[in-house]
Amino acid sequence: MPKSALDPRDPLGLDDLFDAEELAVRDTVRAWCADRVLPHIADWYERGELPEVRELARELGSIGALGMHLEGYGCAGASAVQYGLACLELEAADSGLRSLVSVQGSLAMYAIHRWGSEEQRQQWLPGMAAGETIGCFGLTEPDHGSDPASMRTRAKREGADWVLDGRKMWITNGSVAGVAVVWARTDDGIRGFVVPTDTPGFSAPEIKHKGSLRASVTSELVLEGVRLPAAAALPEVSGLKGPLSCLNQARYGIVWGALGAARSCLEAAREYSIGREQFGRPIAGFQLTQAKLADMSLELNKGLLLALHLGRRMDAGTLRPEQVSYGKLNNVREAIGIARTARTILGANGISYDYPVMRHANNLESVLTYEGTVEMHQLVIGQALTGQAAFR
Amino acid sequence: MSLRIVVCVKYVPDATGDRRFADDNTTDRDSVDGLLSELDEYGVEQALKIAEASGDAEVTVLTVGPDDAKDALRKALSMGADKAVHVNDDDIHGTDVIGTSAILAKAIEKTGFDLVVCGMASTDGTMGVIPALLSERLGVPQVTLLSEVGVEGGTVKGRRDGDAATELLEASLPAVVSVTDQSGEARYPSFKGIMAAKKKPVESLDLDDLGIEADEVGLAGAWTAVDSATARPARTAGTIVKDEGEGGKQLAEFLASQKFI
Ligand SMILES: Cc1cc2nc3c(=O)[nH]c(=O)nc-3n(C[C@H](O)[C@H](O)[C@H](O)COP(=O)(O)OP(=O)(O)OC[C@H]3O[C@@H](n4cnc5c(N)ncnc54)[C@H](O)[C@@H]3O)c2cc1C
Ligand SMILES: Cc1cc2nc3c(=O)[nH]c(=O)nc-3n(C[C@H](O)[C@H](O)[C@H](O)COP(=O)(O)OP(=O)(O)OC[C@H]3O[C@@H](n4cnc5c(N)ncnc54)[C@H](O)[C@@H]3O)c2cc1C
Repeated sequence: MPKSALDPRDPLGLDDLFDAEELAVRDTVRAWCADRVLPHIADWYERGELPEVRELARELGSIGALGMHLEGYGCAGASAVQYGLACLELEAADSGLRSLVSVQGSLAMYAIHRWGSEEQRQQWLPGMAAGETIGCFGLTEPDHGSDPASMRTRAKREGADWVLDGRKMWITNGSVAGVAVVWARTDDGIRGFVVPTDTPGFSAPEIKHKGSLRASVTSELVLEGVRLPAAAALPEVSGLKGPLSCLNQARYGIVWGALGAARSCLEAAREYSIGREQFGRPIAGFQLTQAKLADMSLELNKGLLLALHLGRRMDAGTLRPEQVSYGKLNNVREAIGIARTARTILGANGISYDYPVMRHANNLESVLTYEGTVEMHQLVIGQALTGQAAFR
Repeated sequence: MSLRIVVCVKYVPDATGDRRFADDNTTDRDSVDGLLSELDEYGVEQALKIAEASGDAEVTVLTVGPDDAKDALRKALSMGADKAVHVNDDDIHGTDVIGTSAILAKAIEKTGFDLVVCGMASTDGTMGVIPALLSERLGVPQVTLLSEVGVEGGTVKGRRDGDAATELLEASLPAVVSVTDQSGEARYPSFKGIMAAKKKPVESLDLDDLGIEADEVGLAGAWTAVDSATARPARTAGTIVKDEGEGGKQLAEFLASQKFI
C-alpha cells in the first residue's frame, strides 16, 4: 500500500510520469499564472480586453515561455512535453493567455524559425523570444477558413519587391503585433511573408463583440498595396505545407492546453460540490453528482495520458500530424464536455464570472473551432483510416 | 578576485500540507511534500542581484537537510545560483538550532565566503536566530533583517525598517546578512535556468567531511528536547466575551488558559 492518500487532483499519480525538469517548468508557469493572471482574469474577460498585454508578453519572455520549444535565437530549447505542460498551466488560467503564447511561439516564431532565412531569424526571433515584439499569424480569411487553399490574399512581384493585397480574419494578437506572418497566393503557390506591422498599407482593426476568448486580442488584417522587399518572403517553403506545419505545432500545444481549462473546471466543481448543501447535505453526496465528477475525472486523465503519449512521440521525432488530430479532436471535445458538466454542478453560480467555469466553457468554443474544427480532424482521421479523402 | 556569496537555504515542509510530528517528536518530513522555504527565496534573489551588479561573483547555495532537500537546491540553481552544497547525514536527524548553525558554519568555511546571505527565518522552525549564530561562529559582523541590501567594494550596505526607525547599516566583508520578505519579489526559475541547473555542480558533504562528531549534533547533541507535542485542537466556534464589567479579566483568563500570557 502506498503511504500517501489519493490526491483528488492527481488520482492516477500521473505526476510520476514527469521528470524533475518537467515539473519545474510546470511550477514556474503555475506560479506565474497564480501571481499575474488569476487575480485579474475575470475582470479582463468581462471587459473584453487584455490591458497589460505588452507587459505580460515581456514577463512570459523572461520566464522563457515564448518559442520555448525552439532552439537558439534566445529561445529556451525546451522539450515538447515541457512545452505541453506550459500550455496546460497557461490554459488552466485562461485560453486567451495560452492563445497568445501559442500564436507567438508555435505559429509566428515557428514559421520564421523553420522556413525563414538566417537574416530573418536573427532579425526577429530574439525580440520575439523576449516578448519585446509580439507576432501574429494570418492564414484565415473572411471567406476561407477550413479551406485555406482557396485563399484570395495575393502577393505580386513588382520588380524585386512583393506587393500584398487582401484581408485576413480572426487573427490572434493582430492589433498588438509588431510582426505578422502572412500567407498569400503567388504565381508559385502559397508563400509566407514576414510583414513588419508598421509597413504602409497594413492595418489590424480589433474584432469586438466576441462571446469567447474575450481576454485575447483578435483582429482583422487589412493589406492594401503592402510593399515588401524580396527578402520578406520566407525562402524555404511554398505551398500549404508551410502554414500546415506551423498549425501542427500549435495544435499539439492545444492537446495539452485544453486539459488545463478542463482541470480548472473540474476542480471548481469538485470544491463547490463539497461545500454546497441542498436537501440537508453536500451535493457531492448525491450519486448523480458523483457520476458527473467521476466521468469528468476519467476523461481528464485519459486526455492527459494521450497528451503525454503524443508529447513523448514528438520528442522522439515520431509524431505524425494525424496523431495530433486524435489529440486535438479528443481533448478539446472532452474539455468542453467537462466545462459544461462542471457548469451544471455550480448551478446558477456556474454562469457567474466569480467562478472560472463559464469563462472556460465559452473559451473552449473557440478552441473547438480554431486550429482545425472538430469536423476537419474527423476527416483527417477518417482519411488516415480509409485512404479516402472526404473533404470535398 | 570574485565575490564569493553563500546563501543558506532551508528545505521545509509545505505549509499548505498536513504537517505533523513523528514518534520522536521531531518534524515528520516524510508525510508531507517539502520545498525551498519561501523566505529563503528572498535570500537567493538578493544574492543573485548582488552577483549581477558585481559582474564577478559566484553564488553557492547551501542546505543542511535530508535527501529530498536537493529539491530546494535545484530550485535555487534554476533561479540562477552557480553551484550547491548539500550537507546530508543520518546523524543530523533531530539537530537543534545550535547544532544546525555549527554544521552550516563548517560548511560555509569549507566553501569559502565573502558574504553569507540568509532568510529572515525559516517557515517551519521560525526562530530567526541562525544568522546571528553564524556570525558568532564565523567571527564576522552580522547585518540582519534587511529590506534592501547591496555590496560596494569591500562593504555590504543595507536598510533595516523597524517599527520606530529606519536604519542604514553597513559592515565590512566578510559578513553575514539576512533579508526580509520586503527585499523584493524572488524571480521565477526560467526555463533556461531549469535546463541549465541540471549541469551545475552539487557537492554532497557528510559530518565526516566537515570534521563534526555525530554526538555533537542530532537529538543526542541537542541543547533542547521536545518532551511532548499535541496537535492544536480543531478550530471551534470561538468564545464570545461579553463585557459586563469583568470583560478585561475574562479576556486575560482566556489568554492565560491558551498559554498566550
Ligand atoms: C478566437 C479565434 C482566434 C483565431 N485566431 C486565428 C489566427 O491567429 N490565425 C488564423 O489564421 N486563424 C485564426 N482563427 C480562425 C480559425 O482558424 C478558423 O475559424 C477555422 O479554421 C474555421 O474556419 P471558419 O471559421 O471559416 O469556418 P468554416 O471553414 O466556414 O467552417 C464552418 C463549419 O463548416 C464545417 N465544414 C467546413 N468544411 C467542411 C467539410 N468539408 N466537411 C464537413 N464540415 C465542414 C466546419 O467544420 C465548421 O463546422 C481564429 C478563430 C477564432 C474563433
Ligand atoms: C536534517 C535536519 C533534521 C532536523 N530535524 C528536526 C526535527 O525533527 N525536529 C526539530 O525540531 N528540529 C529539527 N531540525 C532543526 C531545525 O529544524 C532547524 O534546522 C534549526 O533549528 C534552525 O532553526 P530555524 O529553522 O528556526 O532557523 P531560522 O533561524 O529561523 O532560519 C534563518 C535562516 O537560516 C538559514 N537556515 C536555517 N536552517 C537551515 C538549514 N537547515 N540549511 C540551510 N540554511 C538554514 C536560512 O537562511 C533561514 O532563512 C532539523 C534540522 C536538520 C538540518
